[in-house]
Amino acid sequence: MEGRKGVISLAVFILAAAGFPWILTNEYYISILILSGITAIGVVGLNLLLGFAGQISLGHAAFFGISAYTSAILTTNYGFPVLAGVIIGIILSALVAFLIGIPALKLKALSLAMATLGFGLIVYIFLNETITLTGGPSGFVGIPRFNVLGYEFYSDLAYYYLVAGALTLVIIISLNLINSRTGRALKAIHSSENAARVMGINVFRFKLFVFVLSAVFAAMAGGLYAHYLSFVAPSSFGFHASLQLIVMAILGGMSSVWGGVIGALFLTSMPEFLRMYEELETILYGLILILCMMFMPQGLVGGLSRLSGYIADKLFKRRLK
Amino acid sequence: MSKNTALLKCSDIYVRFGGVMALSGVTFFAEKGAITALIGPNGAGKTTLLNVITGMIPQSEGSIEFKSRDLSNVAAHIRSQEGMVRTFQNLEVFSHMSVLENVMTGAHNRYNYSVLDSIFKTPRYFARETECRDAALEKLNFVGLEKEWSLPALDLPYGKQRLLELARSICGEPELILLDEPAAGLNSRETKNLGEVISAIRQDLGITVVLVEHDMELVMSISDEITVLNFGQVIAKGTPRDIQNNQEVVEAYLGSED
Amino acid sequence: MDLGSALQYLISGLTVGSTYGLTALGFTIIFNATRVINFAQGEFVMLGGMLAVFFAGFFNFGLFPAIVLAVACTTLVGVCMERVAIRPVQGANVINIIIITIGVSIFIRGVVMIFLGKDTFALPPFFGTEALYFLGATIIPQSIWILLITMLVLLGLRTFFNNTIFGKAMLACSFEQKAAHLVGISVDRMVMLSFAISAMVGSIGGVILAPVTLTSYDVGIMLGLKGFASCILGGLGNPFGAAAGGLIIGVLESFGAGYVSSAFKDAFAFIILLVILFFKPSGIFGRADIERV
Repeated sequence: MEGRKGVISLAVFILAAAGFPWILTNEYYISILILSGITAIGVVGLNLLLGFAGQISLGHAAFFGISAYTSAILTTNYGFPVLAGVIIGIILSALVAFLIGIPALKLKALSLAMATLGFGLIVYIFLNETITLTGGPSGFVGIPRFNVLGYEFYSDLAYYYLVAGALTLVIIISLNLINSRTGRALKAIHSSENAARVMGINVFRFKLFVFVLSAVFAAMAGGLYAHYLSFVAPSSFGFHASLQLIVMAILGGMSSVWGGVIGALFLTSMPEFLRMYEELETILYGLILILCMMFMPQGLVGGLSRLSGYIADKLFKRRLK
Repeated sequence: MSKNTALLKCSDIYVRFGGVMALSGVTFFAEKGAITALIGPNGAGKTTLLNVITGMIPQSEGSIEFKSRDLSNVAAHIRSQEGMVRTFQNLEVFSHMSVLENVMTGAHNRYNYSVLDSIFKTPRYFARETECRDAALEKLNFVGLEKEWSLPALDLPYGKQRLLELARSICGEPELILLDEPAAGLNSRETKNLGEVISAIRQDLGITVVLVEHDMELVMSISDEITVLNFGQVIAKGTPRDIQNNQEVVEAYLGSED
Repeated sequence: MDLGSALQYLISGLTVGSTYGLTALGFTIIFNATRVINFAQGEFVMLGGMLAVFFAGFFNFGLFPAIVLAVACTTLVGVCMERVAIRPVQGANVINIIIITIGVSIFIRGVVMIFLGKDTFALPPFFGTEALYFLGATIIPQSIWILLITMLVLLGLRTFFNNTIFGKAMLACSFEQKAAHLVGISVDRMVMLSFAISAMVGSIGGVILAPVTLTSYDVGIMLGLKGFASCILGGLGNPFGAAAGGLIIGVLESFGAGYVSSAFKDAFAFIILLVILFFKPSGIFGRADIERV
């Protein structure tokens, strides 16, 4: 049952993703979709950690940053092929996640939040201050466009399909993991670590696994980001960015892989639309966040399904009368 | 009682919490294939002993031997993999899962396949998942929850959540299961049914049972052997009949229970 | 390492650390009442400084009335926040409430940005501008004021928690809400009071620091993070541990900036924090809690 619903959702998603560029032909919309898709890759990964395993990371943007900068520096300064740069960036992020995860994942709740937050800030400060390597606060420019085997994803449309493909891959991996013993182990850890241990689950290993996996997804997003914008700056990977990822996961709905996708799409595109209110943008953004959490505690995915349930209920009742 | 046939041997267990001595020199055996009850007034250290046996907390001194292997300093999940599973006094049902998934989680290591198998949905994944699902349904049937398999676990009434924990803990086919007050919060009909399920677990599945319980009727009717704890020490051991006639036990209970 | 510069770093560390400590104190008070980390805490600190600057310039009635008004207004903001955004979602998931506090912090920052602008402001020092020289270190009078006011706030809170019925009721709430409710304490009112006190303490922290480090609409973010770090360092849930944590972070940061590298000044606080978390997860003054199974 769970499986069939998953397949249908996936089919709908792939159709929608393939169809979007035909409906939204405007270049500007395509670029918003590309950025949403890139962010969604990271948020889906973070949601595996946060929504399924119940472990918080307030420094996740650091993994975006490590990979984006690694690939940017290797390709721009040292002439590495883009694919090699991205892969090395991902590997480096995974390694850092592994090393930081070993001590950090022994911590619980707010201490874990603080440790990951601290880690994220340290990476951010490092990116800001090692000016000879990273270009410092003003950023790193001239990063080549993503290309594989001589094919350059030059047009935004081509890049859109690249990102959509990567996101689909990440979603499929996540869905398959959730519907397996790994997914059950993660959910078990979320509700009771002790009970999970009693079931023979190596709690620490699974936490570390999902932490590294979510860092890998974030790093994938980081690589795609750097080679799309051709420019990276530390401010995209600071505390605010990490917070943004968390907010997207929660606002979208933590109990579903789709929540991350919807949260990323909503919160990446919303500021673009709020931009017409100029000065009021920040205020509106804060307000929407507050109202969404007050009135849709299950997130957008939960809110939508509740809304449809409510409507169905109303119609049904009216018919009874 | 021959010590050589014991499946579980805890010898001279001491546990200190700060200045408080929760267990002082407890020696406890569970014979293979038997139901061994562990009783005692509140605060006697029963749950602490279960926690030490299953590796939730470390003992200050003493050793734990299971299937003649020393597991004194082994992590909890490895003890479980060795075939020792427990339930919890304050239900620890997995809240984000269905009833069936809860039970399937119990067989986490029995139907093993790798992360890559699940990512690529290999034939091995499907084969193992089907086996695991069948085993879980069979266990649900065993405890009488077959109709509720698809419900979210937290939608079950309290009594059925207790049964769910039982089904979950036998799904990995352990050799020893330790039950921490399984009848707490159950009415008399549910308790009677629980007694039958526990007896069947021993009888039909051949699983050794250690039972921590306050309900004396349940304890006396299904146990083969009873150990009584008071203030962190063993004050009596014997058959249900021995224990019922033991003066010290009666005093321990009258002295502290209302 | 000569004595003069060491003393200098110590004093500037204590000066900044006082504000971290007061911020951390605010976190702790709300955490104890609600189990929520209030991410808008840094904005209370920012509001204190920014409003004082605004009132001082706008009304022209002198620095002290402006400061008192700024602290009072921020306290009111804290109370409003509780009434409008926190109380209606009582009993919701802690993580949802945390997101709401993040929303509130973004909202407050946005409002201040629109009405007071994006510029950096300075508040005049409270009394005296003549620096004192002591064992080779230069001490500006404001540092002394900061330390003095911080001590007064701590002393005041201590008296409040130990000797007043409201303070004791708040303590009771932080230990066991249900029991507090059963003995007739209005938990709602205590939560509101906790927001009021946090906002007040935070804004005092902001006001006293504003003459030394300047202020702008976005200073709340870093101050909030350092405050959060301080209360984890001091052991979450212990208000005076949190205040001490703030002082420790301020001092270590100041020495790090002085002796190692000023570029990485902000990183020191967090590196120290990670080291402590990894080796003593319950914080310096926290007790390791025993988990019941």
